[in-house]
Amino acid sequence: MLNQTIPGKLSAILGTAARAETSRRNFLIGAAAAGSALVVGFRPGAVALAEEDAPVNPLSAYVTIAEDNTITVHSAHFDMGQGAYHGIATLVKEELGCSWDQMSVIGAAGDVRLYGNLAWGGFAQGTGGSTAMASSWGRYRTAGATAREMLKAAAADSWGIAAGDVVAQNGMLSGPGGRQATYGEMAAKAAEMPVPAEAALKPASAWTDIGNEETLRFDRVGKTDGSQDFTIDVKLPGLLTAVPIHPPKFGATVASFDAAEAKAVKGVVDVVRTPRGLAVVGEHMWAATKGRDLVSVEWDESGAETRGSEAILTDYRAQSVNEPTVFARNDGNAEEALAGADRVVEATYEFPFLAHAALEPLNAVVHRNEDGIIEVWGGHQIPDMYQMASAQVAGVDPSQVKMHVMKSGGGFGRRAVADADVIVEAVATARALGWRAPVRMQWTREDDMAAGRYRPAYVHRLRAGLDAEGNIVAWDNHIVGQSILGGTPFEGMIENGVDATSVEGSNTLPYAIPNLSVGLTTTDVKVPVLWWRAVGSTHTAYATEAFFDELATAAGRDPVEWRMELIRDHPRHTETLKLVAEKANWGGLVPEGRFRGVSLHESFSSVVAQIAEVSVEGTDVRVHKVWCAVDCGIAINPDTIKAQMEGGIGFGLGSILTEELTLADGGTVEQRNYDMYSILSIDQMPEIEVHIVPSDNAPTGVGEPGTPPIGPAVANAVFAATGKRIYTLPFAKGLV
Amino acid sequence: MITLHINGKSHDIDADPDMPLLWAIRDLAGLTGTKFGCGVAMCGACTVHVDGVPMRSCQFAVGDVGESRVTTIEGVNGAAAAAVQAAWVDLDVPQCGYCQSGQIMSAAALLSETPDPTDDDIDAAMSGNLCRCATYHRIRAAIHDAARRLEA
Repeated sequence: MLNQTIPGKLSAILGTAARAETSRRNFLIGAAAAGSALVVGFRPGAVALAEEDAPVNPLSAYVTIAEDNTITVHSAHFDMGQGAYHGIATLVKEELGCSWDQMSVIGAAGDVRLYGNLAWGGFAQGTGGSTAMASSWGRYRTAGATAREMLKAAAADSWGIAAGDVVAQNGMLSGPGGRQATYGEMAAKAAEMPVPAEAALKPASAWTDIGNEETLRFDRVGKTDGSQDFTIDVKLPGLLTAVPIHPPKFGATVASFDAAEAKAVKGVVDVVRTPRGLAVVGEHMWAATKGRDLVSVEWDESGAETRGSEAILTDYRAQSVNEPTVFARNDGNAEEALAGADRVVEATYEFPFLAHAALEPLNAVVHRNEDGIIEVWGGHQIPDMYQMASAQVAGVDPSQVKMHVMKSGGGFGRRAVADADVIVEAVATARALGWRAPVRMQWTREDDMAAGRYRPAYVHRLRAGLDAEGNIVAWDNHIVGQSILGGTPFEGMIENGVDATSVEGSNTLPYAIPNLSVGLTTTDVKVPVLWWRAVGSTHTAYATEAFFDELATAAGRDPVEWRMELIRDHPRHTETLKLVAEKANWGGLVPEGRFRGVSLHESFSSVVAQIAEVSVEGTDVRVHKVWCAVDCGIAINPDTIKAQMEGGIGFGLGSILTEELTLADGGTVEQRNYDMYSILSIDQMPEIEVHIVPSDNAPTGVGEPGTPPIGPAVANAVFAATGKRIYTLPFAKGLV
Repeated sequence: MITLHINGKSHDIDADPDMPLLWAIRDLAGLTGTKFGCGVAMCGACTVHVDGVPMRSCQFAVGDVGESRVTTIEGVNGAAAAAVQAAWVDLDVPQCGYCQSGQIMSAAALLSETPDPTDDDIDAAMSGNLCRCATYHRIRAAIHDAARRLEA
């Protein structure tokens, strides 16, 4: 469907490392150098040079102020729970001067010039790689400041005074002589005022919102009284519900089907073909699922993946001892240094496929309205791309498709899929019904879990050489597994054969080691894979930090002290590790029966260090407490950052303890629901203490970086407790 | 026709008796605060009160509800629920928010029965309510906080 490629220049998108704001000019130069101007899924010609544009009027693009003084912020970034809306609203509020009770946020889409992700160079609207704040830091403060100046100018004009004599704060404009107006009263006039080329931003010393420890999320009330709507809650007159029938094996297709019995079920409306299989449409969810049980399908499995996950991992293990296909890093000569080392330590780590398993199963709602516009509601993580894909499936021009960006019940990467899977399925279903009614395509848990797009399985082989004094003289890391970017429109981002999402975290190892190589062997497997919260770092952090701990034991070194020595040229790493060690009183007394492990990892331009305290009985690992330090640049909302660290730790902990998605021999998925795919529950959640490293740098990632370090921190603590290293994940399998 | 009593109102529902209460609440009564997560009573997102007792509405057939009083997040009230919701807001518990209706229904039922729960009580009552954002750290703190509010 979407088979064109995106220019190879952009190495930072959707899960790979966040970059500082790249100017659009640089992006275009880069795109030209890559020899391609084709950007699929994004409006042709829409990436205009900001420098050549008239300044954007924030009152039409980013902030709507209504006459009743309510303020709506238009968010370029999607909120799947990470708090992007709250962060962006905070930036606007800081500069605009208003109160939380007048503010709300909606998802924006449809104009890449306004909403392109600036951390990706602005060429596409999208949310991923923990970049929402990096992308918004300049844009939304400027929007707030510019809107404020326009409101002041409007008031000054009305009152016949100088704009400098108008004060804007708490949603009110006031001038000499007791003159007052609400922002709402001046909004219409303000929107017509000239847009200042440069509105001064507040200095950090004047911030009252940014960095405010007391600020809680503005959207929390609607999430405690049931009023927050998600895609599953979209209400339209005559709305039908569809459930999918997907192939039982990846790559199989429908040969034939018989829906006669299903159509006889009360409330079943139709059974139609979709690009991936079939859809059973009912008046409500229960009718659709009842009907689905009665559809019989013959599948063509000639192109299907039939290997089980054990066979796949066995193959990976075999490949891990071979030469890698490519190197992602090659400092000095690791092989030579290994050969000359006093001692060689070696370990092989295995990582299973993982499901995102967000609580809201995938869904999308489609309606062709009276004007013929096709409206699509969903957790649109890459809205312009989904608009293009929807238009293609609907057989209309993209201008005839309108995207409504909904908040989603979790995401963790699952709603950023290049082929727009559930959205395309919903549009195809609505089209097959002749657009006669609005349709919600609603996957069940079983559909969601068995549909692929997993965190890929990987094998890491690590070897290190120590000299006679116990110094690390060589480090070699060979990673074997599938490419996330390969076979998608993002394939052009693979540089010199290296998919950055396979190696990130391994090839950026911060330790001063003279001979260091990271090799990659990309495998050919038909299981659909995807970014999963923290992407490459979900496995690279575990392999590198657990292995480092093994080396520390071999060398007889303290794991904090030794790291400090080897990160001496990385001040952010140093400060972060120092802070966590202080807060946990590393080296001090630990309660009887408890043991500690430490880890340190940079992902999405943020540095996180964690210390886990555990006890182990048999194979039962109990994590009692986690200390976490994070350097994410300027802390816009400290409480949200703490929440994301807490949640990231819980997410990562569940994955290493019990999560594993397996394929049976023959290629069918073995876990369909939470009974078989066990995610973390409250009784497994540790106490967590989060500390933020003070910083004057621009904000970096928060949604993902809390996840990678917890696995190795716990594994290293388990070693301290038991003397056992865990090489195969999850622990349920590897700790025996 | 089946008559359901939800949040103090009667709803005449045109449904087969085997329809799960969840879908009657959401698709027929139009109350969408109660969420669908798994369909097999493994996640707790669909938790409602049936005569005050927390039930997984995805595994409760409408034909079995009878005259029982169903309460959803939209209609929950009383001291325990109010304390829980206030604590949830003050401790900034929700992230995505999708599971929180179910969490709050379970927590309110716990506090109605056990006004000052221990951590073990919380584990026992809440471990069937999954939160993929892992807001558990704050859920636990908020339940203790709500217990203190009830005591005051």
